[in-house]
Amino acid sequence: MKIAIKRLLFIIVILGLWEGIHLANFYPDYIVPSPITVFDTLINGFIQGDLLTALGASFKHLIIGLSLSILIGTLLGVILGKSKQADETAGMYLIALQSIPSIVWVPLAILLFGFGELAVIFVVVVGGTFVMALNVRSAIHSVPPQFLRAARTMDARGFELFYRVEIPASIPYFIQGVRLAWAFSWRALMAGEFLSNGPGLGYSLSFAQDYARMDQVIGIIIIIGVIGAVVDQLVFSKLERNVMKRWGLLNS
Amino acid sequence: MFLELKDVAKTFTGEKQGAFEVFSDIDLSIEENQFVSILGPSGCGKSTLLAMVAGLESLTEGEMKLEGEQVNSPGPDRGMVFQEPSLFPWLNVQENVTFPLKHMYSKAEAQKRANDFLKMVHLSRFKEHYTYELSGGMQQRVAIARALAMDPKVLLMDEPFGALDEQTRHILHDELMTIWRETQKTILFVTHSIQEAVKLSDRVVVMGTRPGKIIADYSIDIPRPRHRDHPDVIQYEKQIMSLLEVEINKVLKEELNYENRD
Repeated sequence: MKIAIKRLLFIIVILGLWEGIHLANFYPDYIVPSPITVFDTLINGFIQGDLLTALGASFKHLIIGLSLSILIGTLLGVILGKSKQADETAGMYLIALQSIPSIVWVPLAILLFGFGELAVIFVVVVGGTFVMALNVRSAIHSVPPQFLRAARTMDARGFELFYRVEIPASIPYFIQGVRLAWAFSWRALMAGEFLSNGPGLGYSLSFAQDYARMDQVIGIIIIIGVIGAVVDQLVFSKLERNVMKRWGLLNS
Repeated sequence: MFLELKDVAKTFTGEKQGAFEVFSDIDLSIEENQFVSILGPSGCGKSTLLAMVAGLESLTEGEMKLEGEQVNSPGPDRGMVFQEPSLFPWLNVQENVTFPLKHMYSKAEAQKRANDFLKMVHLSRFKEHYTYELSGGMQQRVAIARALAMDPKVLLMDEPFGALDEQTRHILHDELMTIWRETQKTILFVTHSIQEAVKLSDRVVVMGTRPGKIIADYSIDIPRPRHRDHPDVIQYEKQIMSLLEVEINKVLKEELNYENRD
């Protein structure tokens, strides 16, 4: 409760300062709009449906792209985690690929697929896949050997050992991987959409920039930030905590 | 003979250090329904020996037979309880105990069997619980129930109570004695505690180190239940202690010499 009040006060102070700068008229309205204008723009955007369409499109890209990246990332991760050969051959390149900022893939996607949704989805997939693969790989490497020894004395071997012990034992790191893949995909999504022909939140942002609508720009930035925080806190953070607790990896 | 090890040796071959002999010339015959402890200082290879019986470690030399059959891989005829927690945290207590029963019994039978063995360790109340909700002692009791539920011919225990506090350890000793009497299992028990070995076993096999080998073999014929302050118990403990002191000093001396070698 006390924390909630602190946070609320903080945001009120920020909004107050912002309104103050706006009222002081140092800058024209199209550079520093009033927070009230931004709020109105957001409400109107939702009522007229433009923002809802953009949000819907963004979520469509994200869900398709993230699902694919989790799927491909898991497959790659399992191969690298299980096969020493594959890991020694390709593991290092995966780290290199993972360190490439997702916006770098946008020109490549546009040349390959044009300015449409396919290019956006491609960027999202690339954004999430490598981090997912790296996490699944370390998930498999970090299965406690004790579990494997115990399972072997209970007559589990081969594929059974894999799906009854290694897979469930990897779940905590797998969840961490999904959480990171989501965060990376979300960033990639915005980069991809910004340079696409829409629809999508990123496209709406670039549209607002073209028409010098600072109120819209700020409004959309706020939406993007809120969604990112809400999904991370309400979905992934909770899920991860529950899993870590059950798996005995949480100290408390 | 029930369980027989003949001329068994183990050598680890490391990439840097070269070959390292853990133990050699191990001859050991164990009768059915006996409670046998393997006692020794750390580094004597007693846990490696037990893992060999479990089929988790290969034999470098020699052979091992259980009821006349050659043993070289893990099997449900040998159940094992480890020192480290080895219950699966994604399964509840009952599911942990039914884990090894999947191929042997139908689901209903497996659950009934799990319940029976959880009753034996007094944990049937906790069958829906997950491992993070159990104390260390409770976890080891579930592990014992899990190993026994497979109905193994031999129960292998690798310092199963080593990580528990004194009080819990004594309670589990008594519980293990009851279980042993009820199930009539052959138990092979690895420990570094002389007191524990003398208190529990029909027979104590003492291993020495550098290189690992069997240096003594005691039959403990003190009536059960045994009390810590029983004069015979103390007598055995003293005898084994003086024997082991030589071994422990050997290790210490070697380590000290290593530090002072230049």
